[in-house]
Amino acid sequence: MRDVGFARTLVCVNAAVPLALLGWDVAHGNLGANPVEFVLRSTGTLALVFLVLTLAVTPARRLLGWHWLVKLRRALGLIAFGYACLHLSIYLVLDQSLNPVAIATDAVTRPFIAFGMLTFGFMVPLAYTSTDASVRRLGKRWGRIHRRIYWIAGFACLHYWLEVKADVWKPSFFIGAIGLLLFYRWVLIRRDTIR
Amino acid sequence: MRIKRSGAPGRVKEAEVTPKEVFFSHGSRRTFLKAGLLGGSVLATGALYETLLVPPRKVRPSTPLPKDVLAAAPGLPSEDKKNRYEEITTYNNFYEFSTDKYGVAEEAAKLVSRPWTVAVTGLVQRPGVFDVDALFRRFPLEERVYRMRCVEGWSMVIPWMGFPLARLLALAAPLGSAKFVELQTLHDPARMPGQRRDILDWPYVEGLRLDEAMHPLTILVGGLYGETLPPQNGAPLRLAVPWKYGFKGAKSIVRISLVEKQPKTTWNHYSPDEYGFYSNVNPEVAHPRWSQAEERRIGELGKRPTLPFNGYGAEVASLYAGMDLRKNF
Repeated sequence: MRDVGFARTLVCVNAAVPLALLGWDVAHGNLGANPVEFVLRSTGTLALVFLVLTLAVTPARRLLGWHWLVKLRRALGLIAFGYACLHLSIYLVLDQSLNPVAIATDAVTRPFIAFGMLTFGFMVPLAYTSTDASVRRLGKRWGRIHRRIYWIAGFACLHYWLEVKADVWKPSFFIGAIGLLLFYRWVLIRRDTIR
Repeated sequence: MRIKRSGAPGRVKEAEVTPKEVFFSHGSRRTFLKAGLLGGSVLATGALYETLLVPPRKVRPSTPLPKDVLAAAPGLPSEDKKNRYEEITTYNNFYEFSTDKYGVAEEAAKLVSRPWTVAVTGLVQRPGVFDVDALFRRFPLEERVYRMRCVEGWSMVIPWMGFPLARLLALAAPLGSAKFVELQTLHDPARMPGQRRDILDWPYVEGLRLDEAMHPLTILVGGLYGETLPPQNGAPLRLAVPWKYGFKGAKSIVRISLVEKQPKTTWNHYSPDEYGFYSNVNPEVAHPRWSQAEERRIGELGKRPTLPFNGYGAEVASLYAGMDLRKNF
């Protein structure tokens, strides 16, 4: 595709669609009996979806030969971060009423909360260094910093897995998807080093 | 693209028509294509979101209970503000239908719960198989407004229509050797699609110590808000034990057995460290993965402290006198 600007618009507009629909449902009281839980889950799932899409860029590029896809990666990553911000804010404000003691206790007593916070903590530097200026300034270090996305993916999956009571179908789906994408990378790395 | 040329004489003047070369110019065709792509993808994303994430819309799956099964006076009113019918019937944990609390109502809507019989068996003098409607005529349903605290950290106030389990047990006359009561949910993957997957060890089994089962607060429920019990809430017959976590309340019961040994109850068997046999509501004993000190009352934004025995301590604490409730959680 020659028109990368348009592709980026396409990604951003579509990323805003779930947010708009969620906002509509909030405004109309359509979120069922436990709206806080519903919004919390939806934003978390959306962050994970965009994380998977970010990780899918490289394999898709190699397999399809669509090298322009890499120019969408930053947008996808930042959208994932945006949904993660929303997810965390809802947890802190609506679920924990910004009570520092409650939040600290929650992080200590519920491992999945700790993993959620760890995931977010790892995302911040990546979002912060996502600008062109950072890429230039950091040079080789930029790549190293941004490879932390693998850790982020792992923590995010653990966060989801540990939250579920018995039916692990949904977290398994994400773990499977991320596992597959990482496996592909591993194959590439091996092939490249053998050559 | 092939476009059929309209031969009809236009009412529009020739000059007003967009010149062909402008309409079909390379630039505008691309714009058209982009707009289509943008609009189409937005619709697709929206549809995907609606299918995957949206909670169900309201339905009313119950009908008024017949007069001859209703008791004259409410059995137990409550000062707590009752949750709305819509809240109680669209947010359910009932893995036999779906693990998505918002999705149970829709999946359960197809459950045919009449005719329905419940067997009372095991260590009793008079075992029997009872038709539920006959049971309700024998033991009229009285309104009991109970708090329901889910082990997940949320709660509701529900106006159940039910009768004490003790009355049915008295009819069956337990033998001296009977120490526990085991309640079993229907096992029928054709009617309960969730049972087609091995999420839990089907059929769902719950149990109580005999004295807990005989306690006047322990009821068998046949209705909600003066109407028949909706399928998503455990039609046609479920258990309510208000001082215990909600999962102790077995739904769609087909068998009640009096037994000597502590029954192998589903969640306790699934994860013994997380779900005790007793599972009395206790803010002091945390679930290994989360605190039980607080709960969110459905309909409220903030959280409220969880009460020991879910606020029914005055009535039931004596059942556990001398027991270490941390060990016997």
